[in-house]
Amino acid sequence: MQDRVLQLAGHQVVRFVDYMGQLTLFFVAAFTALFRPPWFFREVIAQMFHLGVKSLPLVAVAAFSVGLVLAMQTVGVLSWFGAANYIATIVGMSMVRELGPVLTALMVVGRAGSGMSAELGSMRVTRQIDAMRVSAVNPMKYLVGTRLLACMLVLPLLTGVADILGILGGWVIGVTQVGLTSKYYYQLTLKYISLNDVVPGVLKTVVFGAIIGTVGCFHGYHTTHGTFGVGQSTKAAVVSGSLLVLISDVFLTRISLLIWP
Amino acid sequence: MVTIQSAPTLILPPKGEPLICFQGIYKSYNHKPVLRGVNLEVRCGETLVILGRSGAGKSVLTSMLVGLETPDAGTITLAGVELTGLRTETEWDRLRLQMGYLFQGSALYDSMTVGENIAFPLVHHRRLTLNQINQVVKEKLALVGLKEVEGLEPSALSGGMQRRVALARTLALNPHIIIYDEPTAGLDPITSDGIAHLIRDLQKSLEVTSILVTHDLRTARFVGDRLALLYDGRIVFLGSNQELEDSDNPEVKSFLSPISLTESEGI
Repeated sequence: MQDRVLQLAGHQVVRFVDYMGQLTLFFVAAFTALFRPPWFFREVIAQMFHLGVKSLPLVAVAAFSVGLVLAMQTVGVLSWFGAANYIATIVGMSMVRELGPVLTALMVVGRAGSGMSAELGSMRVTRQIDAMRVSAVNPMKYLVGTRLLACMLVLPLLTGVADILGILGGWVIGVTQVGLTSKYYYQLTLKYISLNDVVPGVLKTVVFGAIIGTVGCFHGYHTTHGTFGVGQSTKAAVVSGSLLVLISDVFLTRISLLIWP
Repeated sequence: MVTIQSAPTLILPPKGEPLICFQGIYKSYNHKPVLRGVNLEVRCGETLVILGRSGAGKSVLTSMLVGLETPDAGTITLAGVELTGLRTETEWDRLRLQMGYLFQGSALYDSMTVGENIAFPLVHHRRLTLNQINQVVKEKLALVGLKEVEGLEPSALSGGMQRRVALARTLALNPHIIIYDEPTAGLDPITSDGIAHLIRDLQKSLEVTSILVTHDLRTARFVGDRLALLYDGRIVFLGSNQELEDSDNPEVKSFLSPISLTESEGI
């Protein structure tokens, strides 16, 4: 029994390492292709619009709600210690350092990661990717590289919006429930947040963008088994993308705390 | 690094001379052999039809000409260039620019309009202004008998029209060789006839070398200068329409007169 469990565990570890290796090679192939002409600036901008602007309402609502709920949940506990004023600092710090980047990444995985996978998957099974190759256009660059770069560029911008809206959610509770003035709330937010809090959060999102773009495109690009396969790829892209964002967050947070204590 | 510019250029032989040579082509999928030593020669300027039942490996064979598949063994030469020796996508791309491939099912980019589909290869490989590109798109659409459909989505078109648009895209870069993969598959007989006429008319007006893969005998006989039958992974017949008709080859006979449903069920 013990042997069987160990065997299964070992098999899963090997599969995971193999999968990570394939993802890494896929990322390297797409990313390095971007540095060789021809350049697809227009396609990158179009993808930034599709992935970024269209994800904005979702990210905005999610971040505002989380900021609001975080403040609601925390304000009671802070009141026990007579520190309700610090709601501004707690919400601000939480959003900028952790919740903003991770929440944005998870929202984008759900919306754009699944979309990329489904789109490329359909293109694969209807032979549109083959048609592109036959037209002497490199699909790894035109389809994958552009989406990857767009994800890496758009995630930090979306995170900035999420941070601000999360803080705004906290402000609603701070003003209506704690009785802080808007100006005081603003001052308390900025007082304890420094660049050392903002920079790691932003840098993390570039990595999250690379993960979302790579995983979404990888599963779509390698779709098999027709329309059934498109569904499978989309599911795999969302599940793997979310997990890899959360797992990488652990390491990235540890590294950022070492660099910016 | 080999760039598209430095990769081999096709120097076409005179009309009627061998242009493409498949020699001893083998290909297996999951240890199941599909092609077992295919030898075939395509002459410059002709329309060669490759016949065979579904799953016979016809499309696999033509996919090898554009680098979508690679043979397990054997060599393919195209105008003296050994395709099996090409290693990088950039080397392939130089040749792909001189070939057109019409996919079964059209494979139109559904995120683009009809006009954008046809313009796609032009935008990437020709230095043309927007007006010039629009002009070429109109010309290619006219060649396939369509007009004023540039702004439509591919999904808004019928199957036959989609096939025509795909053909217009195939013609966009004025290829020397056109490969048609089951161009009439999934179309009704009248639309199929329309596509067959179009292929024959284009062949006459453009004077390109064409390879057509099909299991549709009617289309094959109508467009083909020579016909080849792929059976059990090998070419078992190669000749003209009349030679196909007169052939005593049992595989040819079986392909030409398959057992009807009523006969097989003893009705």
